[in-house]
Amino acid sequence: MEGLSRHYGPVVALDRLDLTLQPGELIALLGPSGCGKTTTLRLLAGLEDADSGYISVGGKDITHVSAAKRDMGMVFQAYSLFPHMTVRQNVAFGLRLRRIDAAKRDRRALEMLELVGLSTQADRYPHQISGGQQQRVALARALAIEPQVLLLDEPLSALDAKVRAQLRDEIRRIQLEVGITTLFVTHDQEEALAIADRVGVMREGHLEQLAPPTEVYSRPATPFVAEFVGLSNRLSGVVRGGTVEVRGCTLPLVDSDTPDGEVVALVRPEAVSLAPDASTESGPLAGTVIAVTFLGATSRVTVDLGGTSVLAQLPTSDATALTAGSRVTLTIRPDPVLVSGSSAAAGSLAEEEA
Amino acid sequence: MAAVTALNESPAAASAGQPRGMQLRRRRRLNVFRYVVFTVFGLFFALPLLAMLRFSLEGAKLGTWSLTAWRQIASYQNTGIPPLISSIEITLELAVITCVVMLVLLVPTMIWIRLRVQWLARTMEVLCLLPLTIPAIVLVVGLGPIYNRIQHYELSALMLFWVYVILALPYAYRALAAGLSAIDVTTLSEAARSLGASWFTVIVRVIAPNMRQAILNALLLTAALVLGEFTIAYLLLYNNLQEELYSISRNTPNAGVVYSTSFAALLFAFVLLLILSYAGRRRRGRG
Repeated sequence: MEGLSRHYGPVVALDRLDLTLQPGELIALLGPSGCGKTTTLRLLAGLEDADSGYISVGGKDITHVSAAKRDMGMVFQAYSLFPHMTVRQNVAFGLRLRRIDAAKRDRRALEMLELVGLSTQADRYPHQISGGQQQRVALARALAIEPQVLLLDEPLSALDAKVRAQLRDEIRRIQLEVGITTLFVTHDQEEALAIADRVGVMREGHLEQLAPPTEVYSRPATPFVAEFVGLSNRLSGVVRGGTVEVRGCTLPLVDSDTPDGEVVALVRPEAVSLAPDASTESGPLAGTVIAVTFLGATSRVTVDLGGTSVLAQLPTSDATALTAGSRVTLTIRPDPVLVSGSSAAAGSLAEEEA
Repeated sequence: MAAVTALNESPAAASAGQPRGMQLRRRRRLNVFRYVVFTVFGLFFALPLLAMLRFSLEGAKLGTWSLTAWRQIASYQNTGIPPLISSIEITLELAVITCVVMLVLLVPTMIWIRLRVQWLARTMEVLCLLPLTIPAIVLVVGLGPIYNRIQHYELSALMLFWVYVILALPYAYRALAAGLSAIDVTTLSEAARSLGASWFTVIVRVIAPNMRQAILNALLLTAALVLGEFTIAYLLLYNNLQEELYSISRNTPNAGVVYSTSFAALLFAFVLLLILSYAGRRRRGRG
């Protein structure tokens, strides 16, 4: 996709987007509502027309090809199985349109249903199977036509947490097994980071960063990415000679060319560790626990550093001794941090985008 | 321990028993009300029908019974009156033609508007509901010149289907709109399109089959309207069943056949209703 733009009246949904998918890779587009990720997918599927730009698949220009002739398999957020057809008929629908003979069609449909583990449900109707199973059938239906690109439009968002995690892993297994190029749109960062080869973080119609999940998380390209993907503490600091000094700790910078001056450093909660401190002495890294949030294997601890709140994410076993009012001393691991220009908003806790 | 449990349970059971008793009384009162309403309205509808049936079975002498009026449905003819059976045939044919034209016209148009030109939806609704607000006599005045021209070519009463389609539009539209809003038309059509379906395939093989119940309802309402329509046919000088019955009742001393035929027409509509609703339920259960 090159220079792809789409406007809805005065609203710019997509602003000259460039995106290239390598054969067999899975790219997850991540971003808040209205950032343009679904629009990108719909333009690629041919369900909407671009105002400008160019889409090609395998070197062939498909910008003005209708959705029916694009050879894209798509799984939708809403349950999209045809209610009047059985599971088998749903999967075979695309093959029927391609005039594949009945025996071959049936064989292929069953193969696809086996791939998603639903061959025993072939003769059921959509209303007789669960939501998770419906989405798996939708995946089988999309794959049955052997599309050039598989498009997944938030296929897990209507499912409960457990089924969502299972199906997420299953999508990745199937994608690797089939080796199909896939574009996955989601607003759930955990989903994106868990299964994508590369994650594209979108904001206001353009890509902020497109990189492997670990890089997006540990070396965010922009403050927006740092704050959108995971949590970040905003701590005021001073850049000096390619490092930033935050409350007495010297931390390396993601971008070592950052000019000297006052900044806000974005520090991940897991880079912050806590140690109980019996003394009541104040210091730049001494504080009081405000709250402890149990998250299962980890716990999130909010610490007040004299007017500045800091989040720390610790293994639950390390956090059990901490209660509201406990005195603690913070240590910041020297991971590369991103800084943003103004220190005005320092001290606020970044909100987690789901 | 047991004593404590008993002490704890007694008041709870008593307080739970009280509302349950109140609920039972309320439900009983509601049931009585339902039966009364059902009986009153049942009688309201059933008594005239029973009277019609009774009258159609009246023999030559008062107090005797006869099936003559029922036998005459197929053979009745009088001076200046064509055979009754031909008007029954024409009315049934009109019902079929009107249903088919209405479906062919309305179903694809409504789906298309929903999918592609949603801004036209309100206009479509107003247009379809308009016939409800126009009195039959006004319609006849408006359509008169057109039908005069049609009669000029001596075409049969089947030409009434044009005006019947217009008359059936509001009812059929409402039934189809309800069916259309019950399914996620956009997602289903996009799913079908992404699998390679043309717009024709989307409408015929994906959306329409999921509107089965709505289509059956629209068919039923349209058929019922055609089977019972009198005013337009009478004013435009065409012979359909209702017009024929009216003509017989005015020109013949044998009114029994009027009632036997009317009752048969009602029975026919009722059986049609049962068949359509049974068909819809059976398909729903399966699909």
